[in-house]
Amino acid sequence: MPDPLVSARHLTKRFGDFTAVDDIDFDVRAGEAVGFLGPNGAGKSSTMRMIAAVSPVTEGELTVLGMDPAADGPKIRARLGVVPQEDNLDEELSVYENLLIYGRYFGMPKATIDERVRELLSFAQLEERRDSRVEPLSGGMKRRLTIARGLINQPDMLILDEPTTGLDPQARHLLWDRLYRLKQQGVTQIIPTHYMDEAEQLCDRLVIMDRGKIAAEGRPLDLILRYSTREVLELRFPVGTQERMAGRLEGLAKRTEVLPDRVLLYTDDADRTSVEVAERGIVPEATVSRRSTLEDVFLTLTGRSLVD
Amino acid sequence: MAVPAPLRVVEAGARVYRRTWRGSVISTFLNPVLFLLAMGVGLGTLVDEGRGNTELGIAYLTFLAPGLLAATAMQTGAGDASYPVMAGIKWRKTYHAALATPLGVRDLVLGHVGWVTVRLTFVTVVYAGVMTLFGATTVAEGLLAVPPAVLTGVAFAAAVTAYTANLQRETGLSTLFRFVIVPLFLFSGTFFPISQLPDAIEPAAYATPLWHGVSLCRNLALGLPFEVHPLLSVGYLGLWAGVGTWLSIRVMRRRLVV
Repeated sequence: MPDPLVSARHLTKRFGDFTAVDDIDFDVRAGEAVGFLGPNGAGKSSTMRMIAAVSPVTEGELTVLGMDPAADGPKIRARLGVVPQEDNLDEELSVYENLLIYGRYFGMPKATIDERVRELLSFAQLEERRDSRVEPLSGGMKRRLTIARGLINQPDMLILDEPTTGLDPQARHLLWDRLYRLKQQGVTQIIPTHYMDEAEQLCDRLVIMDRGKIAAEGRPLDLILRYSTREVLELRFPVGTQERMAGRLEGLAKRTEVLPDRVLLYTDDADRTSVEVAERGIVPEATVSRRSTLEDVFLTLTGRSLVD
Repeated sequence: MAVPAPLRVVEAGARVYRRTWRGSVISTFLNPVLFLLAMGVGLGTLVDEGRGNTELGIAYLTFLAPGLLAATAMQTGAGDASYPVMAGIKWRKTYHAALATPLGVRDLVLGHVGWVTVRLTFVTVVYAGVMTLFGATTVAEGLLAVPPAVLTGVAFAAAVTAYTANLQRETGLSTLFRFVIVPLFLFSGTFFPISQLPDAIEPAAYATPLWHGVSLCRNLALGLPFEVHPLLSVGYLGLWAGVGTWLSIRVMRRRLVV
């Protein structure tokens, strides 16, 4: 097996007394799309910034593309593409000028950049906007431009921070399609996100982080099987009666979770469980039977309390 | 051979300027015209008819123009090191974008100061041209004042970059202009010799970089005697530029590489 593109051992990041990343180990292999999931403040962004060689490692070992970010930052960054969470484009400039200046930052000759820009504008469906100023473009277009900019240097690895946050469904699907094509071209992707659907769409493997630690790691389906059941039955009862009802549901599911507005029954066959509920003479206001999702895994592992 | 990293930042500055120069055209071309008209010609006529005639020994417009060149360079340098730097760090975050490429903080700061130097050269040459059109100086006199004016601007650009990189909010920038740049503009020998200042304040004027800039521009251009050795003034401005740049790199690194 070839050496991993990213390898972290006991990786730690502290800001003063606060430990943002707490002694974590992980690898990213060539061609993989790895998602980093976690609530706000879980340590995803700090981990990404260390991988991108823009934030020094506090403790532990990190190699990126076989190099040490502390010693070879510029060399590593030359082979990475970074798409930050916020589009930090120069909005006064045109689409083309943004790509040109960025390419020049990488030391690329103008002729090479021009050729690359043609490919990227077609990839990002921005050909007709080549000479438009960036400022009036839609959110989806700016996002695609930021991604195109991150690809200007033909990176070996792309770091995409929350790629589709704030986009409408059409724009998201277009972007997912583009990212899937990149993956097929062999571009390794690291995708920190807290959108489960995005993680499920884009990632071969997930690393779930919580409070600076890795809470779980694996393929999406494996994580669901390991941390949840195949299916979930959601029962809605009148407000205030959930707890009492939950008592009457005991023994029907592998795990029962009481939420403010619903009771969740984790089971392998939601329809059968639904029948068993009815047999006990329990009539909920509404019933939903569905497959387990990553969201169930995520909430099981990281808890339901709000992190600000 | 790839272009050295700081030069890539200078190039980016030029490309942005090519798009945005229209916004600064007023301050670049119109300000010298307005100031030379109001102060040089308008006020100058009164000065020349009064005590200024004997005390300055030259027309007030001629006295004013090279000093104003230095003061304008200061304002341009400080201006380019304030809001645009804040935008790079905080508003548009274009510095963060640049740092995701092979560029480092040092390249970014050197490139920024380098680009401001290019722009200062452009602005001061235009200003010198306007001075000549007004008959304040000859072409040669005007051009002689350009290098020290650029140095003055760079000294301020470097120091103000370090100051801006340390700011959390933009209110610190208006404070800087209100309480530092404008008083310097008025009281550093641009409009009248600092010997006119109260004796208690006069020594403080010698400590300001702008006074040295004004002294170099005026005395070099007009061939007047220097109060302080010109190399000392050049060294002093160079020190501000050098220490300012070094500090900018340090502060910017602390701010952006966390």
